[in-house]
Parts: sequence; C-alpha cells; structure tokens
Amino acid sequence: MASLNVRAALLSVSFLILALGLWEMATQPPDAQTGLTEYEMLMGGAEQESRVPPPSAVIKLAWAELSDPFYDAGANDKGIGIQLAYSVYRVLAGYLAAMVIALPLGFLIGMSPLMYKAMNPYIQVLRPISPLAWMPLALFIIQDSDASAIFVIFICSIWPMLLNTAFGVANVRQDWVNVARTHELGPLRTAITVILPAAAPTILTGMRISIGIAWLVIVAAEMLVGGTGIGYYVWNEWNNLDLASVIFSILMIGVVGMLLDLVLGKAQKLVEYKE
Amino acid sequence: MSKSFLEVDGLSKTYPDGQGGDLTVFGDIRFALDKGEFVCIIGHSGCGKSTILNVLAGLDEASAGNVVMNGKEIKGPGLERGVVFQNYSLLPWKTALNNIVFAVRARWPEWSREKVKEHSEHYLKMVGLDHALNRKPSQLSGGMRQRVSIARAFATQPELLLLDEPFGALDALTRGVIQDELVSIWQETRQTVFMITHDVDEAILLSDRIFLMSNGPNARIAESVKVDIPHPRARATIFQNPAYHKTRDYLVDFLVNRSGSASPEKDGTPRIVEPASDAGHSIPADADPESEAAAHAARA
Repeated sequence: MASLNVRAALLSVSFLILALGLWEMATQPPDAQTGLTEYEMLMGGAEQESRVPPPSAVIKLAWAELSDPFYDAGANDKGIGIQLAYSVYRVLAGYLAAMVIALPLGFLIGMSPLMYKAMNPYIQVLRPISPLAWMPLALFIIQDSDASAIFVIFICSIWPMLLNTAFGVANVRQDWVNVARTHELGPLRTAITVILPAAAPTILTGMRISIGIAWLVIVAAEMLVGGTGIGYYVWNEWNNLDLASVIFSILMIGVVGMLLDLVLGKAQKLVEYKE
Repeated sequence: MSKSFLEVDGLSKTYPDGQGGDLTVFGDIRFALDKGEFVCIIGHSGCGKSTILNVLAGLDEASAGNVVMNGKEIKGPGLERGVVFQNYSLLPWKTALNNIVFAVRARWPEWSREKVKEHSEHYLKMVGLDHALNRKPSQLSGGMRQRVSIARAFATQPELLLLDEPFGALDALTRGVIQDELVSIWQETRQTVFMITHDVDEAILLSDRIFLMSNGPNARIAESVKVDIPHPRARATIFQNPAYHKTRDYLVDFLVNRSGSASPEKDGTPRIVEPASDAGHSIPADADPESEAAAHAARA
C-alpha cells in the first residue's frame, strides 16, 4: 500500500485529468459536416455562439505567456509577470503600511483596557465596511489611482492584524507577565521579550488572514482604477473577449495568492511554541 | 520585633463579599524571618497562603499591613526576591538554558554573554539537567520543568526565595527526588526560603520552622512550630529521628483537629511550639476541651 501522500497525489491528478477532459469535450466546436449555411458564409464562417475556450487553448496560451512573462509592448500589452508584479507591489505596500499601524496600536489596545474600550466602537464600525467603498473617497483625497489602490489594501488588511494583535496581547498568560515582573523588566522589555513572543502566533494568524484578504481585494481594486495590475489585466482581456487569457489570469491569481499564504504560513511555524 | 531580615506586620486581605460587606481572607498576619532560615507554611485551602506569598513577591497587594525586608518596605516585585510558581511558569518559546539566561541577564545586565551562559549552565547542572540545556519546556517532563524553574530562581541568587507549592503537581517519586535536590542546593547556598506546601513530611524535611495557619475566612498564622532536627537531613533517614515523629504528630493533629479554632498570641504573633523538646508542648489554654480530647486521642 502506497503512503497516504502518494495516494492523495494520484487521486488529485486523476481529478485534474477528468475535469480537463470533460471541459475539453464540452467546449469542442460542432461538427462542420453539414457545410456552412448562407448566413454563416456571410459571417465569414464565424460561430454564432461564443464558446468558453477549451483547456488546450488555455494551456497553449499559458505556455506562450509564461515563456516571456516580462515583455512590455505598450500600455495595454504587458506580460503577465509585469501585471502580477504591480499587484504584488501594491498589496505589499498597503500591507506593510497596515502592519506599521496595526501592530503597535494592537499592542496598545491589548495592554490597556482603557484604550480597548475607547477604540472598540470605531473598530466595530469601520471593520465591516467593504474596502472598495473607500475607493471614491480615496481617489478624491489622494488624487492618484495607484496610491488609492494601495490605500484600499491598507484599510482592508489593517483589521485582522489589529484585532488579532490586541487579542493575542491581552491574553498572554498572567504567569509569564509575572515572570517578567519578578525579574524587574521594564514595560518596553516586557513587551519585546515576553509579550511579543507569547502573542506572536496569534499576531501571525491575523497577518495571514490579512494577506489573504488583501490579495482578494487587489483584483477588484485594480479593475476599478485600471492601468496596470492583474485585476486590470483580467478586465482588459474580458473587454478584448479573450477568454483564454481571462481563465489563465484567474489561475495565476490563485497561484500567487497561494504563494503569499505559504510564506505567511512558514513565518507562523517559526514563531509557534508548544506549552 | 526589630532587626529581623524580613518582618511582616499586620498583613490582611479583604475582598468585597458581593453583599456590600467585606470578606477578610486573612487578617493581622505577623511574623519575622531570619536570614538563612527555611520556613514552610501549611494550612487548608482558602486560608490565603498563596496571597501572602504573592504579597511578599510584590505581585499582589495586601489590604492592610506592610512587609519590610532588610529595613526597606516591599512595594512591587523585585529581583532580590525570587519566585518558583506551582505551574513552573517557564517561557515555552525558550529552551531550558535560555529560560535561565533570561533571568540571569535581568539580574546582572552588565555581565558578558559568556559569563551569563556559564552561570546559567552551572545552575542547570545543580538540578541535574545539563543534558537537557537546549530542550524546550514542552519537551521536558513536569519534574524537569520544575527543576528548571528552581534553577532559575536560585540562579538569580535572591535574598529571599518564595516557593508556591513547587511540588504540588508532581508524582510522589519525582517529588522525593527533587526534594532531595532542593535540600542539597539549600545546604550549599543557605538562602532564606519561604515555602507553601500541603505536605507535612515535605515541610519537616525542609524547614527550620513551620507556620500553621488557621482556617479562613479571617485566617491567622496561629503557630510557629520549631523543627528540631539537625541539618543536613536526608529523606531516607529523617524518620529515624524521634523528633520527626513528635513533630509530625503535632502537625497532623493541628491540621485535623485544631486548624478551625487555633489562634495566635494576644499580640498577633504566632505561638511558638517545640513539639520535640522535653518539656513537650501545651495545647493552647483557650482551645475547647472537646477538640483537645480529640487531639489527644489522635496522638495516642
């Protein structure tokens, strides 16, 4: 009996083959035996119904795109690598800005019940707002589409980080804080040497949720602001009716999102501890 | 009462009882410790032993009274008082060695990295853990964790060591082994130790004096029992000493029959009792005859 991993991999591959096969069969053009009608000849033999492209066409396109991901042939024709790089750059910029605010603020809220009570109403009102709802205001105030997209990422990734940091810090075991107290550590050293490592797994969980949300939101944000980025690319290829490119970019969004999550997952492993 | 190393004067702790009044857990606690003394405190659950210890540690505040150590009033925690908690309280993300390094560095910030490490390793060796320096607490057994915790407390060389039921969560075998280790470390360092325990044998093995607390609410340290057995003591041979049995009987009798009614001297200090001396001990005069009779029966 093969190991569980091998069996799971085999099953995965067979699902993939089955799905691709069904997709391929379902999207074949109809047989051309009957010859073209007069109308069809007038239309230059084009099909009347637009069809989802078969996987073979998507794979062919993917191969072409991935073999030269960074070409730049003008505003509307850039390689997939460049588009993804723009999106990743915006996500990281907004995400890092959110980190700079959320982690210290989360510490403050977590360590001080007063601050928690004072800030909580604002957090509860601001948190459920769809990040895209900020877009018009951001565009008006910032007057720059790129910076507005980054702001939207900032505003959507700040909440999970803030809340998880506050929660993690507030729930550090009193025993460990007492250890710091009996060793006469000052507030700053206590925060760095005891509370930070103790709360780190919870904080990283928040950061991991944030990066996932940020990657979800960037696609929508770029569809709105346009210009560059994977979101814009998807919308642009839809306007071009190039569905093979749309499907290809959807897959790429998934792959990059997975990679971002993987990195945060690894970081989470690093700070984890067993009690 | 003056010039003792540690003086506890009129300590009490009250909580609101939820009906507008106050509930006094313990009141007017008075005692003094001399330098180098090992003192255990025994009492039933709820009499506030742990709170007294936490007040000495500076982690809790008393409602009234004060504690003076070396002529200075204790306010807040300090490195001159080391604490060993019942649940070990090791930092789980640090290795055994680094848990001690953490404490040693806090105690002597000016020391070099090598000196800190050497000092920390020395104390881990004292508790027989030199093979487990780089293991995390989760990879250690309960007994090993408590050894690390004890090593951490001794490594900072505090003037007063506070042990809050350090062996409460350990099995009997492990407990015995670590008790022996504690005896030998203390033999070497002769630090002043104040320890909470529920174990009468443990108290006799380790301490010079044993404080007996009456039951709460309004618990008091009623008696201070002298353990007249010479150091060094060993767990295997201590029971051969006749004083051991007299002391043990006295303690058990107190806990079973008299902890509800016992009270300290009129001035609030604990009654001094020497169960092993030839004069014997006298049951406090104001104890009611019934429990006195029961006490005699228990001792017979």
